[in-house]
Amino acid sequence: ILYCNIGNPQSLGQQPITFFREVLALCDHPAILDKSETQGLFSADSIERAWQILDQIPGRATGAYSHSQGIKGLRDTIAAGIEARDGFPADPNDIFLTDGASPAVHMMMQLLIRSEKDGILCPIPQYPLYSASIALHGGTLVPYYLDEATGWGLEVSELKKQLETSRSKGITVRALVVINPGNPTGQVLAEENQKAIVEFCKQEGLVLLADEVYQENVYVPEKKFHSFKKVSRSMGYGEKDIALVSFQSVSKGYYGECGKRGGYMEVTGFGADVREQIYKVASVNLCSNISGQILASLVMSPPKVGDESYESYSAERDGILLSLARRAKTLEDAFNKLEGVTCNKAEGAMYLFPRIDLPEKAIKAAEAAKKAPDAYYCQRLLAATGIVFVPGSGFGQ
Amino acid sequence: MGLKALDYETMNENVKKVQYAVRGELYLRASELQKEGKKIIFTNVGNPHALGQKPLTFPRQVVALCQAPFLLDDPNVGLVFPADAIARAKHYLSLTSGGLGAYSDSRGIPGVRKEVAEFIERRDGYPSDPELIFLTDGASKGVMQILNCIIRGQGDGVLVPVPQYPLYSATISLLGGSLVPYYLEETANWGLDVNNLRESVAQARFKGITVRAMVIINPGNPTGQCLSEANLREILNFCYQENLVLLGDEVYQQNIYQDKRPFISSRKVLMDMGPPISKEVQLVSFHTVSKGYWGECGQRGGYFEMTNIPPKTVDEIYKIASISLSPNVPAQIFMGLMVNPLKPGDVSYDQYVRESKGILESLRRRARIMTDGFNSCKNVVCNFTEGAMYSFPQLRLPPKAIEAAKQAGKVPDVFYCLKLLEATGISTVPGSGFGQKEGVFHLRTTILPAEEDMPEIMSSFKKFNDEFMAQYEDNWNRSRM
Repeated sequence: ILYCNIGNPQSLGQQPITFFREVLALCDHPAILDKSETQGLFSADSIERAWQILDQIPGRATGAYSHSQGIKGLRDTIAAGIEARDGFPADPNDIFLTDGASPAVHMMMQLLIRSEKDGILCPIPQYPLYSASIALHGGTLVPYYLDEATGWGLEVSELKKQLETSRSKGITVRALVVINPGNPTGQVLAEENQKAIVEFCKQEGLVLLADEVYQENVYVPEKKFHSFKKVSRSMGYGEKDIALVSFQSVSKGYYGECGKRGGYMEVTGFGADVREQIYKVASVNLCSNISGQILASLVMSPPKVGDESYESYSAERDGILLSLARRAKTLEDAFNKLEGVTCNKAEGAMYLFPRIDLPEKAIKAAEAAKKAPDAYYCQRLLAATGIVFVPGSGFGQ
Repeated sequence: MGLKALDYETMNENVKKVQYAVRGELYLRASELQKEGKKIIFTNVGNPHALGQKPLTFPRQVVALCQAPFLLDDPNVGLVFPADAIARAKHYLSLTSGGLGAYSDSRGIPGVRKEVAEFIERRDGYPSDPELIFLTDGASKGVMQILNCIIRGQGDGVLVPVPQYPLYSATISLLGGSLVPYYLEETANWGLDVNNLRESVAQARFKGITVRAMVIINPGNPTGQCLSEANLREILNFCYQENLVLLGDEVYQQNIYQDKRPFISSRKVLMDMGPPISKEVQLVSFHTVSKGYWGECGQRGGYFEMTNIPPKTVDEIYKIASISLSPNVPAQIFMGLMVNPLKPGDVSYDQYVRESKGILESLRRRARIMTDGFNSCKNVVCNFTEGAMYSFPQLRLPPKAIEAAKQAGKVPDVFYCLKLLEATGISTVPGSGFGQKEGVFHLRTTILPAEEDMPEIMSSFKKFNDEFMAQYEDNWNRSRM
């Protein structure tokens, strides 16, 4: 069986970044830092970074519950990393470290959704965490359709149309989810597009939920990742202008550390009373796993030029990213060569979302088998080849 | 400025209703004072490593090796890691599908769940099915998942002990359900009286609430009592008669400080009772790597085991678990190591036993020191901590103290605890955070401060308490003149 159903790189042979694992291993077992033999097993800068991190943890106790937002020193590091990335400052008090990005998404849905009258605008196709979370919290998913013909383009006119339609049905639309780079669609938004989205949210009083977990997976030279925070700030919009929650994870990028469950949300543009409530909800679970917190800080502050591990780190990183870009292209081309299949380019993320033009007879056969047509196709594919895909109906289309 | 979609007024009301005192007002005040340079002793949460307890060596060695598998290829690895840690790391890595960095099965690594099942079987004498064991990011997440399945609306009630660990009240609030309290009897060592249960259920039903489940925390938090086998049988019979799902929070099962009532799992008693009860009563049991003598809170590792839950329901629970993809893999390995510990003959066995015993014996001594210390204080009465990690002394506050609290706009035990904090730096959680009988006040502290610090902490507490009581009793006397 070849599992292509989930963005789980290390289950398919991708290697973790050595420097990150060195630091994590040392933080897991700090007792060995005092042994001279340890220096023979670990790089000097990983030992140094481990000391630095441990000094930020009270009592160097990595087995203790931390502050419910995550260890302060690690949030400082992450905030610095955000600032270095965007050119705009980040406040460590805006950061909530979570067991992966998904729990942070759930937290926001919990706050936003009061009843089925509350709607959340979601892209179609979308990563089904959003539809599932909205359903779990009793809200209404308000779809906005990405345009397959224009490389899965996001049109603000479509956003406006869906917003108005749902309002006329008595839905209070509370937030807009944007996944950039897109999942499953892989498109990377153009900066102009992002500005229009920010403007839209500001005007309509929507919380912008920016899922940016694939920010380090961009494969085309003509596109670059710009965080929504950077875009908002570059438009002159600050805390009073736009409510923005940005999600990041250690699961994707070139690090692919899915099993660690590390991530954070950066929460800006909310009043202190809302922030208190977010903290309160986070505190019921006490804190996220410490190892994941440490990894999030490493991801946002990796080795720099001049560090002992920089050469090997950047070789590993570039190796993975270049390979991903090649595989994106290879698969895209291969799909486009198939009969009845067209496939948009994967500009980023980890997925391809080819369109299958199913013949009428195939659709009838699916009906007879009581399956959605794309599920029927995928089942037949699995039986014939062992390849596991996810039918498009799982994402919306 | 445009419209704001999310402000305090437009937030989900259920979120606003949530209270979690463990990291609430007292903790926030303590953190403020700490930032100002005051020395704070945090006894607000069961967080052993934060108070100096060391992690057990062996599990840390194994997980470090799993984090950095390239070490296993290094010829010098044996200079820093013992052979059994190396072997165990290889074992756990072989159970994963891509090492620590890959999402596992949403229910947890099958090989680890098998080890959990084997542990349960050794402990109870009855086989356990790994397919009905789900690993979670801490037991709390498991509790939330299960309550989410049970609570459909405010018409659904969950029986919760008073006092309770406020995860339960917070989660029930968040999910929009109804908390149905049943009172533990302080004068009977925090015992559970089935008549209290019956009364609570009757009252709830009278109000139109469908009582769906019952929570027991055994050993208790904050109360520490260990349930007797007879008590457990009564409870299981009660759940059978009233058609309730029993939620057995057993995270403190390794923290037992007396020998009269050792830990017996709810599942064992259920199975001992035989059919039809053993085949009918629905039970979900929770455990964790955070407590016991491991105290690995920061790993966020736990599991729940389902008994007599129908397959379709299990499927739905699996479906919900899959939305979060998988629990964190390093914690799953901690769980495996905890339930499948070292054996005599293993290189690291002696050290493991020495470390474990050291911690448990010290906890037992500290439970005694604290109980006796509180009982020596004026107007303080404290049940013995039979298990878990807490002491929950009753504070017999004079009427003038209660009046002063009212004037200050504070609940009386919050008032007391704030004054205690300012005077001594000891950060506790007021009893109101856990629930208590009307007009009866407590505080919760942990028994976790280092043994060598205990005498000073207890004398510092006694000095504050006795002065506080004297102050407010004097005022009372004066006013009567």
